[in-house]
Amino acid sequence: MASPTTSELLELTAAGALRRIDEGELPADEVFDAYAEVAAAEELNAYLWRAEPGTRPTPPSADESEQLRGLPVAVKDLFCTEGIKTTAGSRILEGYRPPYTATAVRRLSQAGARVLGKTNMDEFAMGSSNENSAYGPVLNPWDRARVPGGSSGGSAAAVAGRLAPWAIGTDTGGSIRQPASLCGIVGLKPTYGAISRYGMVAFASSLDQCGPLTRDVTDAALLLRAMEGRDPLDSTSVGIDGGVELPSREDLGGLRVGVARDFSHHAEGVEPGVAETFERSLATIEQLGGSIEEIELPHAEHGISAYYVLAPAEASANLARYDGVRYGLRVDGVADLVAMYERTRARGFGLEVKRRIMLGTYALSSGYYEAYYGSAQKVRTLIARDFERAFERCDLVVTPTSPSVAFELGARTADPLAMYLSDYFTVPMSLAGIPAISIPAGLAEPPGGGTPLPVGLQLAAPAFAESRLLDAAHALELAIDFQERPA
Amino acid sequence: MTTENGWRQRYEPVIGLEIHVQLSTRTKMFCGCELSFGEQPNLHTCPICLAHPGSLPVTNEQAVRYALQIALALDCEIAPRSIFHRKNYFYPDNPKAYQISQYDIPLATAGRLGDVRIHRVHLEEDAAKLVHVSASGRIHGSGSSLVDFNRGGTPLVEIVTEPDLDDPATAREWLQLLRTTIKQIGVSDVNMEEGSLRCDANVSLRPVGADALGVKAELKNMNSFRFLERGINAELERQAALLDAEEQVEQETLHFDPRSGELTPLRSKEYAHDYRYFPEPDLVPLAPTEAMLSEARESLPELPASRRERYLAELELADKQATQLAFDADLGAYFEAALAAADGTTPKVIANWVTGELVASLREAKADDADPASSRVSPDALAKLAGMVERKEISTGAARRVLATLVAEGGDPTRIVEREGLGQLDDSGELEAIVARAVESDPEAAARVRDGNMKAIGPLVGFVMRETKGRADGGEVTRLIRERLGLG
Amino acid sequence: MIDREQVLHVARLARLELSEAELERMSEELSGILEHLDRISALDLDGVDPTSHVVALENVLRADVPWESLPRERALEQAPDRDDGAFRVPSPQA
Ligand SMILES: [Mg+2]
Ligand SMILES: [Zn+2]
Repeated sequence: MASPTTSELLELTAAGALRRIDEGELPADEVFDAYAEVAAAEELNAYLWRAEPGTRPTPPSADESEQLRGLPVAVKDLFCTEGIKTTAGSRILEGYRPPYTATAVRRLSQAGARVLGKTNMDEFAMGSSNENSAYGPVLNPWDRARVPGGSSGGSAAAVAGRLAPWAIGTDTGGSIRQPASLCGIVGLKPTYGAISRYGMVAFASSLDQCGPLTRDVTDAALLLRAMEGRDPLDSTSVGIDGGVELPSREDLGGLRVGVARDFSHHAEGVEPGVAETFERSLATIEQLGGSIEEIELPHAEHGISAYYVLAPAEASANLARYDGVRYGLRVDGVADLVAMYERTRARGFGLEVKRRIMLGTYALSSGYYEAYYGSAQKVRTLIARDFERAFERCDLVVTPTSPSVAFELGARTADPLAMYLSDYFTVPMSLAGIPAISIPAGLAEPPGGGTPLPVGLQLAAPAFAESRLLDAAHALELAIDFQERPA
Repeated sequence: MTTENGWRQRYEPVIGLEIHVQLSTRTKMFCGCELSFGEQPNLHTCPICLAHPGSLPVTNEQAVRYALQIALALDCEIAPRSIFHRKNYFYPDNPKAYQISQYDIPLATAGRLGDVRIHRVHLEEDAAKLVHVSASGRIHGSGSSLVDFNRGGTPLVEIVTEPDLDDPATAREWLQLLRTTIKQIGVSDVNMEEGSLRCDANVSLRPVGADALGVKAELKNMNSFRFLERGINAELERQAALLDAEEQVEQETLHFDPRSGELTPLRSKEYAHDYRYFPEPDLVPLAPTEAMLSEARESLPELPASRRERYLAELELADKQATQLAFDADLGAYFEAALAAADGTTPKVIANWVTGELVASLREAKADDADPASSRVSPDALAKLAGMVERKEISTGAARRVLATLVAEGGDPTRIVEREGLGQLDDSGELEAIVARAVESDPEAAARVRDGNMKAIGPLVGFVMRETKGRADGGEVTRLIRERLGLG
Repeated sequence: MIDREQVLHVARLARLELSEAELERMSEELSGILEHLDRISALDLDGVDPTSHVVALENVLRADVPWESLPRERALEQAPDRDDGAFRVPSPQA
């Protein structure tokens, strides 16, 4: 068989490319070089740093057992990479070169992958549209007038726009799943604790989780397998017991799939196209032999409120270290220490980050702790309990991933609350710490008409049931057979 | 300030202590950087203790073990499950801008040491070292500070007492006892001058007989036992004067300047502290297992209270001596070493030498607070010296001279005796000849002694001692003088 | 809901200098967001345990074994201001 042309090569899934490399049809370096070329010329503002074409970073271990054969991987700029600038999308870390590498990235290198570039993102992972990056918004490859979702918008756009075969991102309240949905790719948020957080710039420590953004479910499983595992440098990491099997299931026979009508109907502004696509997906589940169970998630609708207390509270502490003392930006010429802190942080942080720091500081401050932080933690307990009860009656829960398709740049920037509601369906799983995946379910016209845009379907499973989740997603992916590509 | 103690009839001091103890683990509390002292700045840092983005803390197992040992030694109840919190505040010595500390569920509570109840014992991390650089050559007020993160993240145990102390001297003694207890466990150097033991005091006064507590002031970081006592004293005087003048005592934090004896308020911040504590999401709870607890319990050495009991019951030491040796870590360790080196000398005699002659001559030679452990007199040498006296190989007077030499230059007592010719005079012929000369040289004194005035024998004994360089045995000399004067 | 004075206080706690315009905007936006978040305080949460963690782990401890620290040059290379092997800051006592 002849080796593929460059455009054929860029269409391959990572697993597909690996198979051709193993069969001798494709030199491994060609894959890296092809992506380095397109990444260098990209127009989506998806990358903040790129490996120079022709300068392939050597993977640290070149032994035979390495599975990823030097394949390029795009890494969200929230992961520390030794000697390579890491900004977290913020002005305050401009020029920062970490003295160490995040465990997740190190594991990928050890498995034989090579860092192709660092992807653009909402500043400190705070956002749902990628418009909060200090380095400009990322454009959606399906429609450049629209957002790719956030905060892992750079990673999602790169994978959807054929600028990377796959990428990693982070998900705190939906930051992998929502951009995957808006860009028509697969995004997996594993169980909290599955992948080490060491070296991942912290946003909300009790919620942050690393995960893959890929072209298909098999690739997501491959990346998860390479990254998961207990890390002695992260006290909250546990790994996945029994590891990760590559998905093979083609039907859903015997699987009970839970749908919480109440939760879905409480959502404000679920677009008709999204609702229709969701109903079609339910029909596909039944065609594949799965049964639809009506379940209740009575507290899930309060997820957004709990989340926007807990995450900003943790963030207010996590972002306090950006003080102009040891690294990063400092406003010069200020003789007073407090003024140095205040001006450095005022100049270094963008508006949304300031808003959340303010919100979190307020929620933790004397006199308000119980009303906000205390209550939010209790709501978190109730939401986790809702899922436990649901999983007594079903094996998986499904919801739309996002209430909307990709919206236009600037459409929600004036209304932070409307932006926060983009995470309505994804936040409850984050609070419960359970795994959830978004897969492309079809295309729908945006409200007001226009080019049809991707709609995602979210599947969630009990903690550490990643294999069940990936298997079901794989079967659905085959049945849905989403073949559309951005122009 | 005049010290008018009359107020003590009107007010009763209420004193509580907050103690920070640096643990002597090999590595820091939440990272693997080695602990170091007195090294070049910033040689022991990593992404974690420099709070680089993305770094995470991992708890030091040995610090937990040490903290459990301290808590058990203080007779505390160990929490079945304790958690860490973040204490948020900005300061250059606090790189994360939060200190990881235990807050509402500490490692241990409800303990006791001696007469003082322990409120709580918890684990936390130390701040880095901040050195203020003078603004020389700069515009006034534009000085800068240098941050050294070597110390940042050192494991600390914080011990908070109930306000059970009512007197500065007692506070000092109790802190000594605490220090000895921790030193004995071997989990810290507990050195106040070097900062591995730090003590703050909460001080207030209330009318005698009242139940309600008065407004307290917090005295920060008095870095020696003497300063602790003096600082509390000074604060009590200040508060008494305020109360006598019917003025309010303000709740504030004061810094004691040992040189001037002045208490100065720490510059009050522009706004009140609000530490915004919340559970540290990067760490999981500590739930000491039965194995961890019994391991900690078994590794506890003999503690001061039980050591005192043993000294009383087995060594038959006097109460005061037993307490002194058991509660003063350095002295006690010295005594134990001398006891081990003693060859047949009774513990009582060794104890007398340690608490009496040795302490006295060290005091004489240096300032107070002279530490036997760091002196030139080795426990071996002292035991040997005590043995020589007990076997009457040298006189007590000669032994004092030997001790003075040991204090000054150290060495072996046997050699010093030989070198300086201080051996007991056992040739009674020689001694008799000197006695004869003494009587001849002072016929007046001799006559009065002969007339029954035994007080007059002093100058005659003195003459003999001078002549023999103190080598003669005092009793023997008296006997020979009386014999010579026919009082037989 | 949250007035200008409160916003100013919180901004000081968070060490954020806010311009007049930001102050105005912040108190308006935060009030709107807090109004939404206040829905949870209306819930009956009596007897519900708070969740600060979803992982069921305890006693995750590290052996007390030293690791190699960063070379001092690496530790200091990112510092905005340094002197004599240390990080330099405006004096808190100035
Ligand atoms: Mg403390
Ligand atoms: Zn360190």
